[in-house]
Amino acid sequence: MQGPILVFAESAGNEFRKSAFEAVTEARRLADLSKSEVHALSIGHKIRDQASSLGRFGADKVSIADDESLKLYHPDFYRQIALDLVKKIGPSVILLPATSTGKDLGPRLAIHLNTAVATECTELEISENELIATRPAYAGKVLLKVKIKGNPRVATLRPNVFTAKERVPAISPSIESLSFEKPTTKITVKEFVTQGAKKQDLTEAGVIVSGGRGMGGPENYKILEELANVMGGVVGASRASVDAGWRPHSDQVGQTGRTVSPTLYIACGISGAIQHRVGMINSKVIVAINKDPEAPIFGFADYGIVGDVFEVVPALTQEMRKYYGKN
Amino acid sequence: MCVRRVPDTATRIKIALDGKSIVTSDAEFVINPYEEYALEQGVQLKEKHGGEVTVLTLGPEKSTSVILKALALGADKAIHLKSENFPDDSSAVARAIAAELKSVEFDVLLFGKKGVDDDSQQVGQMVAELLGIPCSTQIVKLDISGGKAIAHREVEGGVIVVETTLPSAFTAEKDLTVPRYASLRELVAARKKPILVKEPQLFPGILEIVSIQYPPPRPPGRVLGKGVEAVPILVKVLHEEAKVI
Ligand SMILES: Cc1cc2nc3c(=O)[nH]c(=O)nc-3n(C[C@H](O)[C@H](O)[C@H](O)COP(=O)(O)OP(=O)(O)OC[C@H]3O[C@@H](n4cnc5c(N)ncnc54)[C@H](O)[C@@H]3O)c2cc1C
Ligand SMILES: Nc1ncnc2c1ncn2[C@@H]1O[C@H](COP(=O)(O)O)[C@@H](O)[C@H]1O
Repeated sequence: MQGPILVFAESAGNEFRKSAFEAVTEARRLADLSKSEVHALSIGHKIRDQASSLGRFGADKVSIADDESLKLYHPDFYRQIALDLVKKIGPSVILLPATSTGKDLGPRLAIHLNTAVATECTELEISENELIATRPAYAGKVLLKVKIKGNPRVATLRPNVFTAKERVPAISPSIESLSFEKPTTKITVKEFVTQGAKKQDLTEAGVIVSGGRGMGGPENYKILEELANVMGGVVGASRASVDAGWRPHSDQVGQTGRTVSPTLYIACGISGAIQHRVGMINSKVIVAINKDPEAPIFGFADYGIVGDVFEVVPALTQEMRKYYGKN
Repeated sequence: MCVRRVPDTATRIKIALDGKSIVTSDAEFVINPYEEYALEQGVQLKEKHGGEVTVLTLGPEKSTSVILKALALGADKAIHLKSENFPDDSSAVARAIAAELKSVEFDVLLFGKKGVDDDSQQVGQMVAELLGIPCSTQIVKLDISGGKAIAHREVEGGVIVVETTLPSAFTAEKDLTVPRYASLRELVAARKKPILVKEPQLFPGILEIVSIQYPPPRPPGRVLGKGVEAVPILVKVLHEEAKVI
């Protein structure tokens, strides 16, 4: 493996995503092992001020493409900027966060570079000068270790699995501005429409309070919102409650929804079907609240309470308020 | 529209003795769930604008059942790129599909967001890049009018609205449409629809599987108690034992 490790440091608005810092931290670890450099690429608008923060996590160099037209992800623009940089610096590895942007962009780069992508990696290692990527397949029922027989090796990293760690001492990276000339394109990116005032996406949340069919109706998710608020988390859902129209699809956890890996996942009125399980089994700690002691979820939750969500959840919210000293 | 044959999501997955492949002999196979949303979208577009829906599958002989299902659900004809041991590799599959599509005329090219077997989420974007057409991934809404497409991509925290020229590719997210069921009559009629069988152009795989393992089991959990009485215990163990709050 020769050449720097290139990281696509994704931003949202004018801040880097947490998963960008995670990817830079992991790139630093790999660069130290392979005695190479970490080169971060940042594409967006008004992010220049933030660029040096990538050095805190271990970037040696940062290249920035900054333009109003780059504010939202545009496949043609982003692809061209990234390919130009790849041609210039000849990386051995390209890491991207496994976000909707990273998973859209990675394969586009790979097919032009005649290489392949290891999707949603949960672990990377270097063995005999080769990158070995661990990635879940069959919805997490198995873990594949794969080698990419192309150059550069492209991998997307599942958010929340790699830990962003600040480096001591921080590096002050050299910062380079990339010139950007809009290529011709058949795509017009019109607008970003936010869904409510959700602070965090499920895939990046540290605490998720999830509700299933046992919540009985859309109005009852209020008690989950309250618990999530107290704990600084967000609300998720099972497919049964999404299909019933109680919650938007973007809240769905599971095989045909989001794959999440929070520190704490609290499943309320969710039975624990295999297709739900595969989306949340990588949570650090799983708590189940269900009135049926035979529910499958108790088979893989770390802690369970057998009881009615309408009694247990409000009591838990109150207890957490006490714990966090909030009223 | 491209469909893939995958093991049913409830199937138990077994690792073969060589530790590098999956035993699928006792698995039940279905149309990849994301393609059901894509197929329904294709059929709805046909119902609205006219035209034809062609399904394309690269896979073994056994993929015929999946093709028939798609034909029963409203597709008009099929192309089966038949190969018993084509590399299970997104870039190779994408190259073979793109090579075939170079001689097929279309306005809209639909994919699923990902195959629920390899979970690789690449083929759609790759095919579009190879053909030089736009591709909007993870879409939850699609409108075609006046020679243009407006698609809603579901991303973190919201939706990105994209407009593209035609021809254009899309990968379907769950909830793009509500898939219909095929009636017995449609299942029978599907057998009369044309299926063009050919060999795919072969491309080498680039991802090499070194090994396959089961994920480590989670340590056994425990039920802390019943009802509200267990709540203080839960907060205590989350803090002292699990150290997550
Ligand atoms: C191809 C495919 C893909 C799928 N993808 C997904 C996916 O991505 N995500 C997903 O979640 N599912 C998915 N499913 C569906 C999955 O199989 C289950 O049907 C679904 O997860 C069930 O949701 P649930 O647990 O909310 O509902 P149920 O299974 O109905 O469980 C409700 C639970 O609530 C409990 N309960 C009821 N009332 C109360 C109360 N008052 N207090 C406490 N507990 C109560 C009950 O005891 C029960 O255990 C998929 C299925 C297929 C076939
Ligand atoms: N062998 C195949 N034949 C036809 N379409 C495929 C095949 N493999 C993948 N696809 C399409 O590409 C999408 C993404 O697949 P993947 O990149 O493998 O996750 C799928 O949802 C299908 O629409």
